[in-house]
Amino acid sequence: MQFLGSRKKWWFIISGLIILPGLLALIFWGLRFGIDFQGGTIYEIKLKTDKTELQSVLAPLNLPDLTITSTNTGSFIIKTIPLSKEKMDEVKATLKTKYGQIEELRQETIGPTVSSDLRRKAILSVIFACLGIILYIAWAFRNIPKPYSSFRFGICAILALIHDLLVVVGSFAIVGHFLNYEVDAYFITALLTVLGFSVHDTIVVFDRIRENLKRFGRASFEETANASLNQTLIRSLNTSLTVLLTLVALFVLGGESIKPFVFALLVGITTGTYSSIFIATPLLVIWENRYNRGKERK
Amino acid sequence: MTKKNLFLFFLILLLAGLAFWVDRPNVKPIDWPKLGISRDLKIHQGLDLKGGVHLVYEGDFSKIPANKYEEAHQALVNTIEKRINKLGVTEPIIQKGRIGDKRTVIIELPGLSDVEQATKMIGQTAQLSFLEMDSTTLQWKETGLTGAHLQRADVQINPETGEPEVAIEFDAQGTKLFKAITERNLQKPVAIKLDEEIISAPIVQTVINEGKGVITGKFDMKEAKALAINLNSGALPVPTKLIQQENISATLGPESIKKSLVAGLLGVLLVALFMILFYKTPGFLATLALFIYALLVLAIFKLIPVTITLAGLAGFILSVGMAVDANILIFERMKEEIKAGKPTLTALNEGFRRAWPSIRDSNFSSLITCFILIWFGSGLVRGFAVTLAIGILVSMFSAITITRTFLKLVVLNKKLERLVRP
Repeated sequence: MQFLGSRKKWWFIISGLIILPGLLALIFWGLRFGIDFQGGTIYEIKLKTDKTELQSVLAPLNLPDLTITSTNTGSFIIKTIPLSKEKMDEVKATLKTKYGQIEELRQETIGPTVSSDLRRKAILSVIFACLGIILYIAWAFRNIPKPYSSFRFGICAILALIHDLLVVVGSFAIVGHFLNYEVDAYFITALLTVLGFSVHDTIVVFDRIRENLKRFGRASFEETANASLNQTLIRSLNTSLTVLLTLVALFVLGGESIKPFVFALLVGITTGTYSSIFIATPLLVIWENRYNRGKERK
Repeated sequence: MTKKNLFLFFLILLLAGLAFWVDRPNVKPIDWPKLGISRDLKIHQGLDLKGGVHLVYEGDFSKIPANKYEEAHQALVNTIEKRINKLGVTEPIIQKGRIGDKRTVIIELPGLSDVEQATKMIGQTAQLSFLEMDSTTLQWKETGLTGAHLQRADVQINPETGEPEVAIEFDAQGTKLFKAITERNLQKPVAIKLDEEIISAPIVQTVINEGKGVITGKFDMKEAKALAINLNSGALPVPTKLIQQENISATLGPESIKKSLVAGLLGVLLVALFMILFYKTPGFLATLALFIYALLVLAIFKLIPVTITLAGLAGFILSVGMAVDANILIFERMKEEIKAGKPTLTALNEGFRRAWPSIRDSNFSSLITCFILIWFGSGLVRGFAVTLAIGILVSMFSAITITRTFLKLVVLNKKLERLVRP
C-alpha cells in the first residue's frame, strides 16, 4: 500500500481537520482545570436536595468561583477557591442547620503554592521527557547510513508526539465543556502514557527504516520508508488493538472516577498509532528529501 | 542447546513458583534479621485506593539561621511524627518535602477519615513556660525556662487531693535554671503558662535542686494525659501553616476499584484471546509468558514494596501493553522469516535477533521518560513512573527469555515443531 508519495498531504489535512475543533475549543472554552492545578477546595457530600436549592443555601456565604456539580451517585461536588479552616467550618455549619447530619465523601484543599508547583513540575517533566527522547533517538540511530541524520529521526518522532498531545488536549477542551472532564494530575499521567506509547510506536517504524536503509541502499528514501510502513503495519495495528481492547473494557465497565483518565488514554493511543504511520514518517521523508536535494544543488 | 533451554525452562518455573509464593493472598511476612530483610508482603494501597488523609504543612524558617535549616526541617518532621504516632494510624507516611524554595512536611494517613482529629493533633502547640513576678512593675515576666528544657512529663494522681497532675522532669540546663528561679523567688509565686494561659501560680516553698516539678491545674484525666503527651513530643520548632489537605473517602474508592479491576481483567482476557486466535501456538505461549510476567511484577511490587495508586495501575497496564507488543514484534518478524523459506528454528532465532533493536530502543526511550518522571515528578506521577519502569524491565525479560525459551522447547521437539509454523 502506498502511504507516501502524493498522499502525504492528505494525512496532514486529515490531522489538521481533527486538531482544529480541539484547538477552537481550547481557545474559546479553555480547559477545565482540577484543583490540583488551580488551587481550591472541593467538598463532596451526599444530600437529598437539588442543585438550585443547594446553590441558594450556600449563596449567603459568598464563596468565590463557586461551582456545584451533581454526580450520578447522588452526591454533590462543591468547588471553590482554597478555603481557610474557619470558612470551611462556616460552610459545614450552614449545611448542618439546613440539612442536619451530612455525609461527607471528600474534602480537599490545595493552596496556591502547591498548585503552582504541580503545574510547573508537570510542564517541566513533559519538556524534559521530550528532550531526553530526542537525544536517545539521535544516539540510538547514530549508525544510519549517510546522508540521513539521526537528529531528524528524533525530532520527527517528537513532532508526531506533539501532534498526539495536541489531539488529546484539544479533545479534553471539548469534553471538558460538555462532560465536565477536568485536567488534573491524572490527566497528566495519561498524557505521559500517551507520550510513551506514541514514541514507542514511532521508534518501531523508524527502526525498520533504519534496517532497510542498510539492506537495500539503492532504493530512494521514500520507497524504503513506504516498504517499512507496510512491513510494520500489522504489528502497529495488532499492538494498538490489544491496548485498546483493555481500555474499552475499562471505559465501558470501569468505575466512574477513572473514566476521564481512560478517555484520554483511548484518544491518545489511537492518535499515537495514527501519527507514527501518517505523520512521523511522511514528515521524515519530506525533511530528509528536502535537505539532501538542497545539498546536491550546492 | 537443548540442555541450556531445559535449564532456562526450570529456572523460569522456579522464578514463577517463588513469585507465586510471594503473591499468595495469605502469605506470612518474611523476617530474616541476619540478612537485614524484613517485609510484610502486603499490597500497599495508596490513599486514592484506600482512602485517608493527605496533609501538607509549610514551615516558616525565617527565624532560623540558614545553616540550621536542614536540622530544623528534620526536627519538624520528627516532632510531627511523634504526634502522629499517638493517633494510632497504621503505615503513616511523614516526609520532608520542598515546593520551590519552601520547605514542607508531607503527611499521609491511610484509613483515617477525620481530618480535624489529625490537624488538631499535629497543630497543637503545648507551649509551656515559667514566669516570675517582676518586683518593680508587679507584672509576670518570662524566666527563660520553657518546655524545651523538659526531659519528660508523666501523669500522676496527687495523693492528697486525688486529682490528676503532670509531673515534669527537667534536663541538665533546665535543672540549673529551675534551681536559680526557685532561689530568687523563695516564698513568692512562680506561674506556669501553657499556650498563652496561666494555669497555676504556686508559691515556691523550698529551693528545688533535683529539677523536678509538678503542674497542677483543674485537669481531668484525659486532659492531663494529652498535656503530658504534648509536653513529651515538644513544641514544633518552627511555625507551620497547613497548605494542602485532602480527605479521600474510602467509600468513593472500593466500588470504583472493584468495577475497574473486573474490567481490567476482562481486558487482559480479551488480549489473551486475541493473541491465541491471531498467532495460534506462539500466541498461547506468549499468554503463558504474560501470566508469569504478571506474577513477577506483583511479587516485585510486594517485595520493594511499591505503593499502588490509580496512576500506578495505569503504569502497570501500559507495561502489559508493551510486553504484548514485544511479543507481537517478534512473532511478526518470525512470520516474515518463515515466509522467506527459512527453517523454523532459524526463523525463530532471526525473528528475535531482528526484533530486538526495536524492542530495546522503544523500551529504553520509555525508561528514560520514567527516570525523568521519578526524579522530577510529584507524588502521583512518580507512582506511575515507578510501576511503568518495573513493568518495562520485567517485560523485556519476559519477551526475550520466557517466550523464547517456551518457543524453543516447542520448536526443538520434532512432533510439536509444525505447531509454530503459520
